[in-house]
Amino acid sequence: MQQLFVFIRKEFYHVFRDRRTLLVMFGLPAVQILLFGFAMTSEMKNARMVISDNARDVQSQQLINKIKASSYFTISEAVTDYRDVERAFKKDEVKCALIFPAGFGNDLLNGGRAQVQIITDGSDPNTAKTIINYLTAIITEYRQQQFPAAALPYKITPEIRMLYNEEGNGSLNFIPGVMALILMLVCTALTSVSIVKEKEMGTMEVLLVSPFKPVLVLISKAVPYLVLSFINFTLIVLLSVFALHVEIKGSIFLLFLESTLFIITCLSLGLLISNTTSSQQTALLICMMGLMMPTMVFTGFMFPLENMPWPFRVISNILPSRWYYIIIKAVMLKGLGFKYIWKETLVLAGMTLVLLTIALKKFKIRLQ
Amino acid sequence: MTAEKVITCKDLTKKFGDFYAVNRISFDVARGEIFGFLGANGAGKTTAMRILCGLSYPSSGEATVAGFNVYKQQESIKKNIGYMSQKFSLYEDLSILENITFFGGVYGVSRKEIKTRSQDLLERLGLQQQAKKMVGELPLGWKQKLAFSVAIFHRPKIVFLDEPTGGVDPVTRRQFWDMIYGAAASGITIFVTTHYMDEAEYCNRISIMVDGRVEALDTPANLKKQFSAADMNEVFYQLARGARRSGE
Amino acid sequence: MASVTVQHISKTYNAGTVLAVDDISFEVQQGELFGLIGPDGAGKTSLFRILTTVLLADKGNASVAGYDVVKDYRAIRKCVGYMPGKFSLYQDLTIEENLEFFATVFGTTLKANYDLIKDIYDQIEPFKNRRAGKLSGGMKQKLALCCALIHKPEVLLLDEPTTGVDAVSRKEFWDMLKRLKQQGITILVSTPYMDEANLCERIALIQNGRILSVDTPPNIVKAYPVNLYAVKAAEIYRLLTDLRNNPQIESCYAFGEFLHITIRDKDREGEKILKDIIAAGGHRDIVIKKITPTIEDSFIRLMNQPGAGVSGLAIP
Repeated sequence: MQQLFVFIRKEFYHVFRDRRTLLVMFGLPAVQILLFGFAMTSEMKNARMVISDNARDVQSQQLINKIKASSYFTISEAVTDYRDVERAFKKDEVKCALIFPAGFGNDLLNGGRAQVQIITDGSDPNTAKTIINYLTAIITEYRQQQFPAAALPYKITPEIRMLYNEEGNGSLNFIPGVMALILMLVCTALTSVSIVKEKEMGTMEVLLVSPFKPVLVLISKAVPYLVLSFINFTLIVLLSVFALHVEIKGSIFLLFLESTLFIITCLSLGLLISNTTSSQQTALLICMMGLMMPTMVFTGFMFPLENMPWPFRVISNILPSRWYYIIIKAVMLKGLGFKYIWKETLVLAGMTLVLLTIALKKFKIRLQ
Repeated sequence: MTAEKVITCKDLTKKFGDFYAVNRISFDVARGEIFGFLGANGAGKTTAMRILCGLSYPSSGEATVAGFNVYKQQESIKKNIGYMSQKFSLYEDLSILENITFFGGVYGVSRKEIKTRSQDLLERLGLQQQAKKMVGELPLGWKQKLAFSVAIFHRPKIVFLDEPTGGVDPVTRRQFWDMIYGAAASGITIFVTTHYMDEAEYCNRISIMVDGRVEALDTPANLKKQFSAADMNEVFYQLARGARRSGE
Repeated sequence: MASVTVQHISKTYNAGTVLAVDDISFEVQQGELFGLIGPDGAGKTSLFRILTTVLLADKGNASVAGYDVVKDYRAIRKCVGYMPGKFSLYQDLTIEENLEFFATVFGTTLKANYDLIKDIYDQIEPFKNRRAGKLSGGMKQKLALCCALIHKPEVLLLDEPTTGVDAVSRKEFWDMLKRLKQQGITILVSTPYMDEANLCERIALIQNGRILSVDTPPNIVKAYPVNLYAVKAAEIYRLLTDLRNNPQIESCYAFGEFLHITIRDKDREGEKILKDIIAAGGHRDIVIKKITPTIEDSFIRLMNQPGAGVSGLAIP
């Protein structure tokens, strides 16, 4: 027992004396969270628009003012000629154009219906769709404001709500995904590199020729990183809450418990990977590069899993981060209790057990 | 007989902060000489060699290598010297011929010359049949001999050898020194460091560095007389024993 | 009682293409200081790894302290002290931390076996808070030896402990080994330095995975089959070529400031033959004497015999 304690203490020495790895371990998640939170958002802000107002009447002006008032658009210029509109698109100066026909106001007041033309840059379809949606919403709102009793009979106007995310906060989608991604990469990489480092330096050889049991090596390697990952996770949560204004709706205790389980899963994967190679570089490549793509694609936070063909959906089941993502969303964003996530928790626990068992069995008690 | 001086250095110094790795060393090496550069680990040998190879700037003092200034003409130095060390010699995953062609090209040997010279090299070493073999598959002794041949492939004025025979069996070591003798006879100056004291005897002159200074500089015969020693081992032991840096 | 036995051990790598150890057999007696002498690639490290149980041999048996290296590997791992090549210590731990760690790994403490390592530890104790990575080669060597000894092993296996270390530290190291031997520990050391062979009680000369000879250093030297002469002249290189070109000379190679010669015709008076040859070459400052061979001379001669497994290395 004392052996284990001494070994764990040595591991902590290694970790704290390796400044560069510490920097990566704590710096990387922080940077990623902030990047994803602030820079990468699929919301639309300040889209440049060119307006061609051929009507120049009160109604068109009102609608234009309303659009200006929203923060979504920046009106870049007002033109009259269609060719100017075309030129603006070609020069990539605008993302969309709004064109009012000559009798816009009249048509609206007299005939009860009018048209406007919205042109968007289809070479960026996602942005284009968002812009169309915003504009349509603004236009509809204008119509309702101006003509509340406008009888377009039997017209069903959908009321849109985004559950759990009323403000349409774009970053909410990414935070659980980034957490899963970071924990998976960092925990796995650091643990496996630490073990492989001993092999590379030759100290593993000396350890093998001693009464030290192999299982203790694995445990003592995992413990410091468990503690550090826990702290790391806390850091990520704090960042999300205070810098990105994300609200934790569910039980914080449950969140931390589930995250600890996930961390252990990742550590086990790291232990398993360390058995396959004797070079730190290879271990790092396998963990960072090899795991990164599958994790990003198959966890489900960047691209919805439901959209993928079923073979891919089957593959995604193997990834621990996919299950953890569901759990985090449930607890953090939806405020659900254990009742709703026991199945996913069981899957994670099962994975951990399997990974640990294989890692132990495959641990080489000899050099070859 | 005034032989051309291919290496000169005067009060050459290199310091890191307060630590004088090389402390005002002065010596000359003549053309075609086999010069042994000895010293314990930490005595400053490697630092001094790096300066002479154009890999590092001195802190003060002067030195020229192949006539080029170590401060201002480092690139010219590199083009005119050969280098071989125990730690790195050739690329293990390239074939013998590929290695020769590569290093020949790096040093600017024309393609025609590379062809003729490589044939010559392979013949001399008896490796014509193995030209396409991976260097990694050769035994250590052969690797070292090949590496030396590659180091002088571009007919440099001076070749620097950093412990070239470390760990090699006694027969191969002597074959290696045969090659060194041959190169020296053809006018290439040899600057060699070694841990084998009997190899020190093969040199024309030796310098021994202790704690950053040159504490001995003479022919092996004279040094043995000076220290009343039976062999170079004893000379070295007497000098190195007083070193302060061996404990740090 | 034999402390270490090796019987017909063979080991290949890369699916049989590289023969590292070729049918080796020898024994080390209890309390002996035994040297395994040979250059890089001779198979020393592979052999050590087989004996310390971290590598499995392809063929043959071996035992250490009475335990079989395959079946009883756990027992061996508890009672040997191992120093692999290149001093495997934790670079970012201090001397003291390294020692305490290895002591605990073996279930003991620094204090318990302090007198065993006292001689050695005293030399590095002033630096006990310095990180191992910042030590000189000689000090790393001493630290590694302490770590290997800390649990009072029965057998000490040291793989090239003096390689890359300066001459002074090397000498000190062998002095330490001699003192350890007095404590009754069996010591098996490997080294590429021929001159260190004389510091061992018995040695095995190894080259290309084969044993060339196993005996005490004096016996090996005595077994040198012919007379050996050392000659010197003012122009050594010319003398070398002259002698090599002479059909009466069997072998001639450089050895420090002398050339070592053996003559083909073993019955005739060697010194006279050499005198004639050298004088005919017009050499000055001639010195000729008959000498006792060293281990290196024996190694060279044994290397060049057929069956020594030396491929492609003809005598120049």
